[in-house]
Amino acid sequence: MQGGAAGSAYRGRTASIGFAHGPLVRVDAGAGGERVAGTLVEEALALRKAIDLASGQIADLAASAGGEAAQILEFQVALLEDEDLIEAIFASIGEGRPADVAWRSTLDEHIAEYNAAADEYLQARSSDLADLRDRVVHILRGDEGEPLKIPSGGVVCADDLPPSRFLEIDWSGGGGLALLHGSPTSHVAMLARARGIPMVVQLGAIPNAGATALLDGEGATLELDPSAEQVRIFEKRRESHRKSRASARAILRRPTASWRGEHIKLLINIQRVDDLEHADAQYADGIGLMRTEFLLAGRNDLPDEETQFQAYDAVLRWAGQRPVTIRTFDAGGDKPVPGFTLDGEANPFLGVRGLRLCLARPEIFAVQLRALARAAVRRNLKVMFPMVTSADELEAGRKLFADIVQRLQADGIAAMLPDLGIMVEVPAAALAISSFKASFFSIGSNDLAQYVLACDRSNGALAPLMDPLHPAVLELIARTAEHGRRAGVSVSLCGDMAGDPRCVPALLNCGLRELSVNPSALAQIKQTIDRLSSGGGVG
Amino acid sequence: MLDKADGQIFTGNVRLVHAVGMHARPAVKLTKLAKKFEAQISVRVAGAPEWINAKSVAKIMAMRAAHGSTIEIKASGSDAEAAVAALVDLVASDFPDGAG
Repeated sequence: MQGGAAGSAYRGRTASIGFAHGPLVRVDAGAGGERVAGTLVEEALALRKAIDLASGQIADLAASAGGEAAQILEFQVALLEDEDLIEAIFASIGEGRPADVAWRSTLDEHIAEYNAAADEYLQARSSDLADLRDRVVHILRGDEGEPLKIPSGGVVCADDLPPSRFLEIDWSGGGGLALLHGSPTSHVAMLARARGIPMVVQLGAIPNAGATALLDGEGATLELDPSAEQVRIFEKRRESHRKSRASARAILRRPTASWRGEHIKLLINIQRVDDLEHADAQYADGIGLMRTEFLLAGRNDLPDEETQFQAYDAVLRWAGQRPVTIRTFDAGGDKPVPGFTLDGEANPFLGVRGLRLCLARPEIFAVQLRALARAAVRRNLKVMFPMVTSADELEAGRKLFADIVQRLQADGIAAMLPDLGIMVEVPAAALAISSFKASFFSIGSNDLAQYVLACDRSNGALAPLMDPLHPAVLELIARTAEHGRRAGVSVSLCGDMAGDPRCVPALLNCGLRELSVNPSALAQIKQTIDRLSSGGGVG
Repeated sequence: MLDKADGQIFTGNVRLVHAVGMHARPAVKLTKLAKKFEAQISVRVAGAPEWINAKSVAKIMAMRAAHGSTIEIKASGSDAEAAVAALVDLVASDFPDGAG
């Protein structure tokens, strides 16, 4: 930046909003090294080893990045586990091609096919394939490359950047991403948005010069070697952006939502431990529903007690003083689990699912209850059973749980019986709510509506009938809330209705004072309640 | 579990309601779920000439099933009926998190 002359500015497309002012860092694709091919057997072995190593590296990256990044990398892991894809490459090695050539040409064919697609989402996936291609090729050539060294706050400029390289960069000091090509729907763009890293794509050709960069993710501009005036205007834009974001988030930081003078507790639903990484999760009044089915997914055996305990304990630790409601395995219905759920049920939604299944498989249920009993010593745990029809089922579950706590304590292991509640999702439970000696109730409005309306919620032909605001559904919600109020037992609602601003007024009118929503809906629902309180509409 | 005659083929149809069609995450979920079954499972966009192995994520992606298209599923093998039911459900319920 010399003499105050205006620097050059380039315009692209926004991929992630935000601002970065720092040194420009060019990143080029690694140059290919040489590799001497061995015999057919050696080549096949080399590729097998490279695939295993790549799979391990990606799994490590996913584990340290967590959340959305882990889900994105799952696609690459799935490709490595795709037998059709991998077998074709081994067949090509069998025909005499070196491992790296066979691997690269097969992946290149797929990449070309994706790039030729008319659909932008599919095009964007080609960078995931290229990422995987390069990782395995680098391993085969023995030049795995060092992690990128990016100065703090640097603006990284590259042709495109694969997700795994994005994750290898230390973004803790800020910075931004300026891509000459790339796509706003790419996985790396999703990662940038999740991390709050500004990113602009499709900047086109940029001269290979420049020391300092201003990247404006909102205006989609990159300014190289800016003048003092450009910097001043840039900083002004950055400041006004910061202020408008702050006011949107300020509502979350306010203590509790209230309506007609009563506090409304806003809790969050989580599917897995990683969901707590959502930036808004910290503002929740607690966890209204932690699902535990993720423990059953993606594995060949059922999770052991220690694995489960670690997951539950991590969430309870995170919550501190706030309450955490963990739901026992809700398998069956639309969630088959090999080795656990029953096969061949004619009507699984009305079959052996939820607590029914757990009571039918006490040896599996006992492992979960032991892990929960040990986690309960943190004292902020509540446990609820799904798909309960009669009070006898709750009592059968309670007895199993109490026996387990007693045995653990007899063995000198710290354990306690947490508060026990039930999901209210079977109409019979809602109608006979006073027969349940539960410490709390949580209305599962998705299943409740499906059962009350006799509409399969996944059947698109019934969408117009599948109305959660049907008076029959609201009647059952109101009855449950009313019973809770009289009996002094808390009642919350954790289905999709709670996260739908159009349903919130009806739920408050039904007497509910606790709603549990996905972390991403928290701010909007808090704002909705705020507007209703001040006499406004849903907005 | 009931033994089913191995030759029997079970089929199902389901509309793809996912907003962006059969992309990375839905494809990963679909193949993961398919792999939980012993059965041979094939899928195709309704009317397409070729059936595609439901356990191959690369092929499912290449199928390019668009939002609103109908997916046909067929399976044979011991747990074929459950496999078709589970996959139909996964697609119909829009690939919920935690499923698959």
